[in-house]
Amino acid sequence: MQLTVNGKTYEADVEDDMPLLWVLRDELGLTGVKYGCGIAQCGACTVHIDGMAVRSCQTLAGSLEPGAEITTIEGLGAPDALHAVQQAWVEHQVAQCGYCQSGQIMQAAALLDMNPEPSDEEIDLVMSGNLCRCGTYVRIRAAIHAAADKLKEA
Amino acid sequence: MGRLRTITRRSFLVGSAAIAGGVAFGTYAVRQPHANPLAEGLGSGEATFNPWVRISPDRITLITPHADIGQGAVSMQAALIAEEMDLEWGEFDTDFGQPSAAYYNTAMAGEAAPFLSTDHSFGAEATRSAMGAMFKMMGFQGTGGSSSVADSFNKLRAAGATARETLKLAASQRTGVAASELKTEGGAVLLPDGTRLPYTELAAEAAALDPVQDVPLRDPSQWRLVGKPMQRLDVVAKSTGAQLYGIDLKLDSMVHAAVRVSPRRSALVSHDATAAEGMRGVKKIVPVTNGIAVVADNTWRAMTALDQITFEWAPAPYPAEMDGHWAEVGASFTEERLDKEWRNEGDVAAGMDGDGVVEAEYRTPYLAHQPMEPLNAVALVTDEGAEIWTSHQFPRFVQQKVAAVTGHDAGQVVLHNQFGGGSFGHRLEFENITLAAEIANQMRGTPVKLTFSREEDFAQDFPRQISMARGRGRVANGRIETVDLSIASVSSSRSQMGRIGMGVPGPDGQIVAGAWNAPYALPNLRVRGYAVPELAPTSSWRSVGASSNGFYIESFIDELCHAAGTDPMEERIRLCSYDVARKVLEAAAELSGWGSDLGAGRGRGVALVESFGVPVAEVVEVTATDAGIRIDKVCVVADVGTIVDPVNFENHMQGAVVWGLGHAMNCEITYADGMAEQTNFYTHEGMRMHQCPEILVKGLENGIHPKGIGEPPVPPAAPALANAIFAATGQRLREAPFNKFVDFL
Ligand code: FES
Ligand code: FES
Repeated sequence: MQLTVNGKTYEADVEDDMPLLWVLRDELGLTGVKYGCGIAQCGACTVHIDGMAVRSCQTLAGSLEPGAEITTIEGLGAPDALHAVQQAWVEHQVAQCGYCQSGQIMQAAALLDMNPEPSDEEIDLVMSGNLCRCGTYVRIRAAIHAAADKLKEA
Repeated sequence: MGRLRTITRRSFLVGSAAIAGGVAFGTYAVRQPHANPLAEGLGSGEATFNPWVRISPDRITLITPHADIGQGAVSMQAALIAEEMDLEWGEFDTDFGQPSAAYYNTAMAGEAAPFLSTDHSFGAEATRSAMGAMFKMMGFQGTGGSSSVADSFNKLRAAGATARETLKLAASQRTGVAASELKTEGGAVLLPDGTRLPYTELAAEAAALDPVQDVPLRDPSQWRLVGKPMQRLDVVAKSTGAQLYGIDLKLDSMVHAAVRVSPRRSALVSHDATAAEGMRGVKKIVPVTNGIAVVADNTWRAMTALDQITFEWAPAPYPAEMDGHWAEVGASFTEERLDKEWRNEGDVAAGMDGDGVVEAEYRTPYLAHQPMEPLNAVALVTDEGAEIWTSHQFPRFVQQKVAAVTGHDAGQVVLHNQFGGGSFGHRLEFENITLAAEIANQMRGTPVKLTFSREEDFAQDFPRQISMARGRGRVANGRIETVDLSIASVSSSRSQMGRIGMGVPGPDGQIVAGAWNAPYALPNLRVRGYAVPELAPTSSWRSVGASSNGFYIESFIDELCHAAGTDPMEERIRLCSYDVARKVLEAAAELSGWGSDLGAGRGRGVALVESFGVPVAEVVEVTATDAGIRIDKVCVVADVGTIVDPVNFENHMQGAVVWGLGHAMNCEITYADGMAEQTNFYTHEGMRMHQCPEILVKGLENGIHPKGIGEPPVPPAAPALANAIFAATGQRLREAPFNKFVDFL
């Protein structure tokens, strides 16, 4: 099948019921997307499909619409060209182990796309599906507010 | 030191653990440094002055042997070396290095010595130093017990200073300018005329010199990096998906494995793999200890095929149901199971005479570690040796464990240590590694990546200990007079050490850690530990014994304060006999506005626990709403002596509070039919963002020695929350998880 990921077209020979998570990680080598639970409990596998945050562990390869635009953390920004959310994440030094943070950042970016000025309650509501076992939530909240400010200025 | 000569294998007691020494040794051997592992394999034009610094013509590499499991150990270690070496922050590479005796931990042993922080007597100091010597002799390289900062603080600055002075000497010999006239800055030696000689260009000449030793360390007033906010070296990679963890590695011709091992820690009786054979991508189905592995061309295909296999497991070697576990714990408050009476001050029996006696019983459950990165390992076994890629806190034991599987010598096992996606004690165990080695050993020459499914990770997790405490105390004249606390716990230390072939013949300090060393002076105080025989095997879980015992003693002290009619903060401050801890309490009182009126349905709770030498006080503020308890705010104050990086310090204080609260509120591991009932995050998640309060952090630096912050803020969280809930509602919580008794928003 053909997939468009981060603006690039890939060819993957996979079963229809293989979750996108494993297509990205094992077949395409995009390891920024993380396996955490496999059952929509942690959000570590969050990517964007046509701008919407989805759990790639629950998105079967065969369910992708032809032409769907998939964005992973690698496509959101790069170390030398950070997305506003990533900038805020760096400035607030959110990460501890960092393993959950790809998913947190992808979820936060999608949130700010829909709601450029979320309140703490709105942040909590949208972000509570993303588990951080290191407990970086206080910094995630602050970084989302900071990213919102950055995006407004931009 | 003389006594150490007689110490033989298995007889040396380190607080809670006898560490196998292997040989008797004397002063000479203890003074001898271990060989520098960087000296082997040095290329031409490369220099090394000690096990932490390597300079090549094109780069400077700092070896950071403490595992980085999210706590920022790489940045911390690099900052200490770079401080004295005058390196620009980030203008160097880092490497975990190869496992080596040279990286023995100088702090873990002293921390295990069973003395109060306030005890600087000859006996206490002599024991600490003797234990340090033992760890040195063994070359015990380890990350744990919040010891990385304490271990590194002087050693790595000295490593940087030695490198700097040796490079200056090389520059002096090249230019004829006296070393005392030379300065260093930004990775270069500066001549008086302003000429810069980069360290990398001096490497070849410096390599020929004997390293300059015993360089005095700089005064803190001269520090550029230490104590200042710094950007962690890994933060950009961890914000862009660029950070690679063990689970992300890919080697040429690598295959992917999934495994199922008895969830009862028992034998595999039979299995039927017919349905899995021939599934797409499946390459091999192989036996492993107590289970079966599927090897495929993709992780998902391996996991999917594994799900098609049916298994029959032997019964568990421990009680199949929780009732059996609790019955054993409850039956352990006996003379025969008394592990040790750790503290006995005043006269507890006489102190119980009269009115005002309070009694309470508490318990805390098994808990899982479950860092976000499921355990994994890449293994490549050949006839010549083995290589392992994974994140681990005991690198030299990894070599031994793999060697035992493959039949090589430990020295033929290469560990490529990786950044870990969390640990919390999980990466002190070896199942993922030995299983990967078993599979790879059956496919020599092919690299195998084993990834645990989250379910397998839960099933194989050696949980936190379960334990119970019984408190008896008496109040009189508005004060706490007597506390008698007995704790019965399985020994996670014995369980864990047993798996690396070491016994713990003496009492286990972790059974009472956080309680026996409570920094209080009471007229009558006794703390006793009772050892429950092994039930489900357990392991160190972030803050180990103190995670339970802090809850016991600080809940009981709180109950006594209320019985006495005294303010829980004021009474603790009055009783506190360790001034470093008392200042922590006072700062927490101030930060939280203790004493101000919160209004109806709201309450504050305080707890003070010292663990790993670090006193931490927390004040939790809650509101009892119609829908349940909401945690509004937590104020947390700790004293680690010296804060290396205030940003990382704050982040870890906050994270440890979330860890301590979340598990106390929401989590337990229970056994049914011999298996852990919790198999994924929906039944054991810790805390999610919607429950996370505002967390205010303050660090004090009155302690004498620099200490770590990874674990110490965990133990006070649960009792501070329980005490706040009591203040708000009058309901006393004596058992975790609290959500069995109250709802949380
Ligand atoms: S891996 Fe998809 S939500 Fe956890
Ligand atoms: S930073 Fe470790 S799980 Fe979130």
